[in-house]
Amino acid sequence: MSKYIVTHDVNSCIGCRACEVHCKEKNDSPPGANYCKIITVGPYERQGIPRFDFVYMSCFHCEKPWCVDACPTGAMQRREKDGIVFVDQGSCVGCKACIAACPWGVPQWNADTGKVSKCDLCKDRIDEGLRPACVSKCVTGCLEFTTPSEASESRRQHFAEQMLRVQG
Amino acid sequence: MKKSVYSLCGMCAVRCPLRAEVEGDEVTWLEGNPHILGGALCAKGSAGIARYRDDERPHGPLIREGERGEGRWRQVSWDEAITYVTDKLKAIQKKYGKESVMVTSRGGPFQNQYKTFCHAIGSPNYTNHDCTCGRNTHHASKSLYGLGRKGLAYDYKNARHLVLFGRNILTSLKVAEASAVVEMLRRGGKITAVDVRVTPTSGKANRFFLVRPGTDYALALGMVNEMLKQKAYDQKFIKKYVKDFSKLQSFVKPYTAAWAAKECGVDAATIKAFVTDIKQDMPRVIFHPGWNLARYKDSFYVSRMLHIMNILMGNIEVEGGQFFPKSPADCGKKGLRNVDCPKPDIERADGCGSTYPHLDKGPGLEHLLLPPMKTGKPYPIKALISNRHDLMASLPDKEQLLDYLNHCELLVSMDALWGEFTWYCDVVLPESTFLERSNQLVTQKGLKPRFAIRQQAVSPRYDTKPSWEIYKMLADKMGVGEYFPYETIEDYWNWQLEPTGYSIEDFQEKGFVELTDEPVWYDRDKLDGKFKTPSGKIEIISKMLEDAGIESLKPYEPPQAPEKGTFRLVYGRPAWLAHNQSTNNPILSQLTPGNRNNIWINREVAESLGIRNGDWVEVKSAGEYGGPLQAFVTEYIHPEAVYTDHGFGKEVPVQSRAYNKGVSDAKLMTGLLDVWDRAGGAVALCESFVTLSPCEPPADA
Ligand code: SF4
Ligand code: SF4
Ligand code: SF4
Repeated sequence: MSKYIVTHDVNSCIGCRACEVHCKEKNDSPPGANYCKIITVGPYERQGIPRFDFVYMSCFHCEKPWCVDACPTGAMQRREKDGIVFVDQGSCVGCKACIAACPWGVPQWNADTGKVSKCDLCKDRIDEGLRPACVSKCVTGCLEFTTPSEASESRRQHFAEQMLRVQG
Repeated sequence: MKKSVYSLCGMCAVRCPLRAEVEGDEVTWLEGNPHILGGALCAKGSAGIARYRDDERPHGPLIREGERGEGRWRQVSWDEAITYVTDKLKAIQKKYGKESVMVTSRGGPFQNQYKTFCHAIGSPNYTNHDCTCGRNTHHASKSLYGLGRKGLAYDYKNARHLVLFGRNILTSLKVAEASAVVEMLRRGGKITAVDVRVTPTSGKANRFFLVRPGTDYALALGMVNEMLKQKAYDQKFIKKYVKDFSKLQSFVKPYTAAWAAKECGVDAATIKAFVTDIKQDMPRVIFHPGWNLARYKDSFYVSRMLHIMNILMGNIEVEGGQFFPKSPADCGKKGLRNVDCPKPDIERADGCGSTYPHLDKGPGLEHLLLPPMKTGKPYPIKALISNRHDLMASLPDKEQLLDYLNHCELLVSMDALWGEFTWYCDVVLPESTFLERSNQLVTQKGLKPRFAIRQQAVSPRYDTKPSWEIYKMLADKMGVGEYFPYETIEDYWNWQLEPTGYSIEDFQEKGFVELTDEPVWYDRDKLDGKFKTPSGKIEIISKMLEDAGIESLKPYEPPQAPEKGTFRLVYGRPAWLAHNQSTNNPILSQLTPGNRNNIWINREVAESLGIRNGDWVEVKSAGEYGGPLQAFVTEYIHPEAVYTDHGFGKEVPVQSRAYNKGVSDAKLMTGLLDVWDRAGGAVALCESFVTLSPCEPPADA
């Protein structure tokens, strides 16, 4: 796991897919490739009401990334200082081993260049002290760029408040 | 060197404030204005960069060479194009009269320029696309409050209950509004959603009423009946501000919740429980009166009843309810100067303000300006100038539309993009895309009103111009240049700002000038004079309507049931498309599978027709038009309806991403150009029926 995590508040997400476009615009990802993606679940019925849910899927920037282990050329790598997993385009030979190795199929194929590319958490923005494109322009503010410990902290806080509200 | 340029988005009609980062002559980053939207921007907005970089748009002024629609053009200089248009206009006006020219647009804050030009050359026939959009809501609001559609706004964030009749507020989204509604939900506010299908909005609702299409009025009447029964209304407010309340009481008597249940399919107990619920939440309850409510023959009355429910809640000028958007004058400030020209003293060809005294003669009604092209009655319309408005995509029934347009001797399109109208017209005067142009300053009313600026971020990629300059050139050649008293945009801005005491430098830091520090509220006990009806009260029985021989409270008539084997066609859009202007965008066109719309079909219906999810079906109109779409089979759409996204099925060959992809809902709407509501003015876009049959996939699918 990198130093960072992007959390997603499903309850506040409206499935507008702006985050996907912010990402595409920023990273110029090839047609058909989505470094982050909103997966629509539904409509299905829950407690008598039809629901839609939207789940934000991106790269987890794993602590022990399968994709990096699988890469024969060292193109897929993990940035030492913060653990961001990214592809060095120059060394990628397009063998697609990483796509097969990643349990979630996260690395994306670029048919034009014959190489793989993926979410790098907009590391150029992070280095400038900014947040990733998807997070910083999300329509409802339901994406958050944070650290695992902060995320855990705020989740517990949120849960406690919710519990008290229910009881209260 | 990076620089920040503040501007206004131009990817849909909302015009959200934004900030662009510019390096050299490229926009490298686009976000919602951080001072207003905290950076938030929708999918369409972000694709604004892709729009200006896209080469599949007109590259310079064009004059048609072959037949209309053939696509053979001669690229000409601006001077030649403007001379060509103005020579034609003069000849047409000489032959048919000055009033034979019509100017249309998509509306919006810059339309006073187009209107000024139209009036200055002697024609009253300025119009816009609102007959397919907000006219019913507008006139309903006028009939009650004496105020137009934008005469009241909504404080969603602080509402406890938001009631949405077909308003898919989280998908047909305005950035500030959608995030305010989500904030309302975070704070424990509730949504009740009424629709003929489930949407991302109803997916967040606490109550969802899946109604039979065309019965919203029945449900609204049943709700009002029950509200009166349960005394769920603000008696003090009504006594003070509302005229003819007793007429409402007697009118809704027969429309009980049990009666409504039979019509719309929502059971009576649920309607009653809903009313009990909102009674707790009064006055922080908002009934959205409709946005694109050009839907059914009685949509005007639906909107009227929704407004009436707001009035019952007494939600006017309260937190979490409706408020009067404040103007510069409310902040003790002078307003911006805007170009203007008095309307020529000739009756409009659409009869608005004369034959139809209750219908606003401001923009009139576009669909009623078309028949005079053919019939010459009351007088001929022979030239049409359209601003960023694709008539073929927004008006129903292209065949019939062409039958009118073909009698026009001059069709001019001013648009940044290709569209079917632009492809068909005689002269294209290409506008620069929003990131490549500045516009006049605009006033944004609200609790904290402001002046806002759209500024050019990069140079135009092609030989295109902003509309203020194109109109200036046209006006000069028509001999009416004095109505556009500027040469450069800076002249224009300075001239607008002169009375206000502000200067253009005041816009540089944030992209807007706020006219007050604190929100401005009126005293709710002293609203006299704020309602602009003849009586000065909120009029349940509207003098404006009654004088025109139109009922204020119309008895319910059930919608036509579809004949066997036919389905009512309803339409909408996903959050990433602003209709046909997005479907060829290099990025947005990637978001919909195959860049084709699909068709929603009720599960039981689909099973009876042997259609499975993902199968291809031929969707056919009552006329000649039709085509294959993939079925999306779900139980969450009413069996009488089929649904599709608007803006597909474009037939402009130079738009490679959208060309012939999907089926156009507008073209499926056979005969609807003549189906319109005499009371509200809008066409009724959900009054057509289509057939479905299994078919082979298209060759390129
Ligand atoms: S691509 Fe897959 S394996 Fe690699 S870091 Fe991301 S989630 Fe982990
Ligand atoms: S931009 Fe935000 S609200 Fe919209 S889909 Fe993405 S995460 Fe959800
Ligand atoms: S809603 Fe989206 S497309 Fe429309 S103006 Fe706002 S940001 Fe632009």
